[in-house]
Amino acid sequence: MNSTNMATGKLVKEAPVVRPVRWRLAALRRVPVVPLAIIILMVLTAVLADVLTPYSPVNISLPERLRPPFWEQAGSLAHPLGTDPMGRDLLTRLIYGARVSLLVGFLGLFLGGGVGAALGLIAGYAGGRVDTFLMRLTDTTLAFPIILLAILFVVILGGSLMIVVFAIALVLWARFARVIRGEVLSIRERDFVAQARIAGSSPRRIILVHLLPNVLNTLVVLLSLQVGWVIIVEASLSFLGAGVPPPTPTWGSMIAEGRNYIASAWWVSFFPGLAILVTVLAFNLFGDWLRDALDPTLRQL
Amino acid sequence: MQRYILRRFFQSVLALLALSMLIFLMSRLTGDPTMLMLPDDASQEDIAQLRHALGLDQPLPVQYWVFLSRAVQGDFGRSIKGQMPVLDMITERLPHSFRLAAVSLCMAVLLAFPLGVVAAVKKGTALDTLANIIAVLGQSLPQFWVGIVLIQIFAVHLRWLPVAGVGSVWHYVLPSFTLGWFMVAGMMRLLRSSMLDIMGSEFVKFARIKGVPDGRVIWKHALRNALIPVLTFGAIYLAGLITGAILVETVFAWPGLGQLIYQGIVFRDFPVVQAVVLLTAGIVISVNLLVDIIYAYLDPRIRYE
Repeated sequence: MNSTNMATGKLVKEAPVVRPVRWRLAALRRVPVVPLAIIILMVLTAVLADVLTPYSPVNISLPERLRPPFWEQAGSLAHPLGTDPMGRDLLTRLIYGARVSLLVGFLGLFLGGGVGAALGLIAGYAGGRVDTFLMRLTDTTLAFPIILLAILFVVILGGSLMIVVFAIALVLWARFARVIRGEVLSIRERDFVAQARIAGSSPRRIILVHLLPNVLNTLVVLLSLQVGWVIIVEASLSFLGAGVPPPTPTWGSMIAEGRNYIASAWWVSFFPGLAILVTVLAFNLFGDWLRDALDPTLRQL
Repeated sequence: MQRYILRRFFQSVLALLALSMLIFLMSRLTGDPTMLMLPDDASQEDIAQLRHALGLDQPLPVQYWVFLSRAVQGDFGRSIKGQMPVLDMITERLPHSFRLAAVSLCMAVLLAFPLGVVAAVKKGTALDTLANIIAVLGQSLPQFWVGIVLIQIFAVHLRWLPVAGVGSVWHYVLPSFTLGWFMVAGMMRLLRSSMLDIMGSEFVKFARIKGVPDGRVIWKHALRNALIPVLTFGAIYLAGLITGAILVETVFAWPGLGQLIYQGIVFRDFPVVQAVVLLTAGIVISVNLLVDIIYAYLDPRIRYE
């Protein structure tokens, strides 16, 4: 893996550079079929939203407002899950909502996870004052109801998709930094890192070529364990009006819209919540399985 | 010990200062507030005059100093919507939030401790599975949605409990359950795993050999030690409690700080949001400091770290 640099290449080749992805057989047999199917279904729904429904998620049609789901007396199969207070088809909005929620969730997850992992790698490898400072920052972030800062962020800059993504990354990064730094602390003491350093590799090269591949397993597990949480954060922000602004449907804002119709139209807020529950549950169960299969030492998380 | 407390105190003040600076800089990101406050056809002189009146023509560090010294004196400006001092709005609502949080916390502890201990002791039984299901659901359910569904069931259909607001004792039931339940999941999982560790340790085995009754071993010897990790996570529970309170107060129209911040978001009432965030930060950082001091008192190893 070091074909570019002969001097370092020779030394490093002998050391166990990349911990292979060790799939545990017992865990592999217990692939969580149902959660996996739900995840695939949700992703497909998000991607194919335009094809799946004949209705528009935003066009208002007041004469059709608050139709109940089809199994109730006033309901019809034209709107299987009924309509919302603006007369929009609820199922259609759920389908488009999947797109927004998953998109915002994943972008925020990758941004927050990336920044967190980078800071964790730097803190762990650099040690000393850099480490102390970054970890103090991480601890403060973890102990702070950081969603408040995210709210402040959105209120000041105005809601838009990218702003919400940044807000989620702001909430998320510390969880990654903490764990990745812990991993790096043990890896950097291994011989192959010392050899690389003796051979003259720059800190950047050591971090990218020698440390990063070794924390990838942990990073993947962490990412998968946080998906569910990110979806809930996104929904919470939207519910509070600090998410992607209307009329774009998101699951959280749909629940908020139904809040004033609790007594008369239960379905408006019920189904988006159910969608969140099913999706988050699927991701959480999948993440648990992935953790057991790839890196059981993370059990406590 | 004194040195440790001093150092932690200093760090806390530093954290609060850093946060206030962040909030201040964020508030300047919005651009010039005079554009919003004056009509479009305002003359250059009017704009300059207002900028001067608001202190916006000063250099940034000076503006920050003014912002900070006012905040320390409890002057957070006036609400854009209500036109009343933000501080008055906060003091009016703080007691409601405290009461709800206290009730929820008690409920969470009363539920999580027995469940966590029993799940650890009866590992692998139906009770353990039940505890596990509660934990998984607690992490997968959006809190605000649970609140809405509970209102639908217990207030709208069964008419057992009030829908929202404050008043009688009954008004506490649904909000505190919704808020407390989510702490139960995390607390229980943590307690279960630390109980499992402790139950396998030498001193518990020794107590057993000595003939100490099972109940005493579990609830006295083991639980006491298993509580330490749970205490460590106290700060994180507090963060969760505050996050949850914003959502739950919004759902149940609870007249606390959470609802205030929600209204601040809806009306883009920046001074209100800013003040609540700053105040909450102050509370969180103080509680953390307190927990650390108690902790150092309980566990001498920490002091000399």
